[in-house]
Amino acid sequence: MKDTPLSNCERDFLLKAIEEKKRLDGRQTYDYRNIKITFGTDYGCCFVDLGKTRVMAQVSCELVAPKETRPNEGILFFNIELSPMASPAFEPGRQSELSVKLNRQLERCFRNSKCIDTESLCVVSGEKVWQIRVDVHTLNHDGNLMDAASIAAITALCHFRRPDVSIQGEEITVYTPEERDPIPLSIYHMPISVSFSFFQQGTYLLVDPCEREERVMDGLLMIAMNKHREICSIQSSGGIMLLKEQVLRCSKIASVKVSEITELISKALENDKKARKAGERCGFAESMPQERITALKMDETPVEMKNVTEKAEDIVKKYEAPPQSVPSPLVPAPGVGQVGQGQQNSWGLEEEDGEKID
Amino acid sequence: ITSAMEVCKSTDISLREFGCEQNLLSRPDGSASFIQGDTSVLAGMYGPAEVKVSKEIYDRATLEVLIQPKVGLPSVRERSQEQCVRETCEASLLSFLHPRSSLTLILQVVHNDGSLLSCLLNAACMALMDAGLPMSCLFCGVTCAINSDGQIITDPTVAQEKESRAILTFAIDSTDHKVLMSSTQGSFSVYELQQCIAVCQKASEKIFLFYRDSVQRRYSKTL
Repeated sequence: MKDTPLSNCERDFLLKAIEEKKRLDGRQTYDYRNIKITFGTDYGCCFVDLGKTRVMAQVSCELVAPKETRPNEGILFFNIELSPMASPAFEPGRQSELSVKLNRQLERCFRNSKCIDTESLCVVSGEKVWQIRVDVHTLNHDGNLMDAASIAAITALCHFRRPDVSIQGEEITVYTPEERDPIPLSIYHMPISVSFSFFQQGTYLLVDPCEREERVMDGLLMIAMNKHREICSIQSSGGIMLLKEQVLRCSKIASVKVSEITELISKALENDKKARKAGERCGFAESMPQERITALKMDETPVEMKNVTEKAEDIVKKYEAPPQSVPSPLVPAPGVGQVGQGQQNSWGLEEEDGEKID
Repeated sequence: ITSAMEVCKSTDISLREFGCEQNLLSRPDGSASFIQGDTSVLAGMYGPAEVKVSKEIYDRATLEVLIQPKVGLPSVRERSQEQCVRETCEASLLSFLHPRSSLTLILQVVHNDGSLLSCLLNAACMALMDAGLPMSCLFCGVTCAINSDGQIITDPTVAQEKESRAILTFAIDSTDHKVLMSSTQGSFSVYELQQCIAVCQKASEKIFLFYRDSVQRRYSKTL
């Protein structure tokens, strides 16, 4: 499915508006859209809404053999799925350039910055370690997938609980969540990426571009930082040339934004922890807004069963009984299967009387 | 027929609470989320749109269904679920009205707590309605399970599905309440099959009433 191309008048309009410091949705140059973080029913599932951009992250774990070069470290695996639901331009299956770029950026942002203690994921050195897999699904693409994905990934990792393991000599026991409470991952810091888009060869800059702005931009600068003002990764794409002052200014803006976003994440995690402790039902179902006119909920309803037995009996009586059971298959020799023997040919083909032609 | 078994005890059978939200994503032409208890599915629909020449059909629309699981890449299980959903949709869509076009339906599993295939079918129907595609009838999915005692349970959870000896899912249409698609696993008798179909037909009436209520609520305010 092809995406609708951007018309020239839209492009001119957007660029002219940016020159006059105006954005389509009325934001200021350095403003982020509304960020909303909700959690799913099980641990490690998180939804992030960045304006209209919607992303879902799920963390899961598995016991595997470690890499030979690192026998006592766990394995982290990231995967961003550009789902065809997010945009008509995304095709299923094929690895597009954007998908490779986002995957690589996510890996650099989290794995290379060593934000998770991988040595604590080791169970038996050289034999069994935990592999933590983070799947990020994009649900709606309205610009700035990278930021939304990084927020979703780090929030899901903070929310996740892995099963408890105990080692007694040679025996290893993995406890189910019912037997022992699962334990959270040890996370040193939370890297969050902030995207800056540049227009007119670096003259104008916008933070958190929406989808239209992304289409007319010249270049993108992505800075991943944590709240301690440590830069975890920087990536500049699009071939624009930036001055040193511009990059430093962007990093200052990024540190402000990152501290705001980190506070939002901590608050959301706190609220969810409180809700789970109080025993409330958590999940996508609960976070569905009730007041909206497009949403409706119905309580548990019983199903009437009055005439069911009579109805079923009628139908079974009306139609003839199924045929007698098929003769069971035999295996007269290895590689040969046989079902039935000496019966009539039931394929309905006419038997040719002629002899075979030599 | 052997002696009639008292399979249906009229007390325990109920559908879990369900909820639905339409038009929640801005990019797809139609989108809906359907929730049955804790099982939730998000559906997005694009179409009618341009189709690749290799996939085009000269007199109808080409329907493509994609199911994305929550963890990992789609595997054979998702392919078989996709086929069930696609056959149901093709039976009810008026695809002759859009020749040489493509209709793409994408379903994302958000949480699976049992009755997944019926939740996928319900979300698909609501997304098709939200996209405004012409359909000859609506459809809904109902799952029922037969446990080891021979009891029939509708809308089972994952725990209930594990203990049952057969799980049957039917897609039922809204006009005649006939079965459009059936997908079963496990062993059961002919009599039990007919009873399950009758139970699912009764349950589908509740779901169709829910569809009607949610659409009525949505269009209750005229702009």
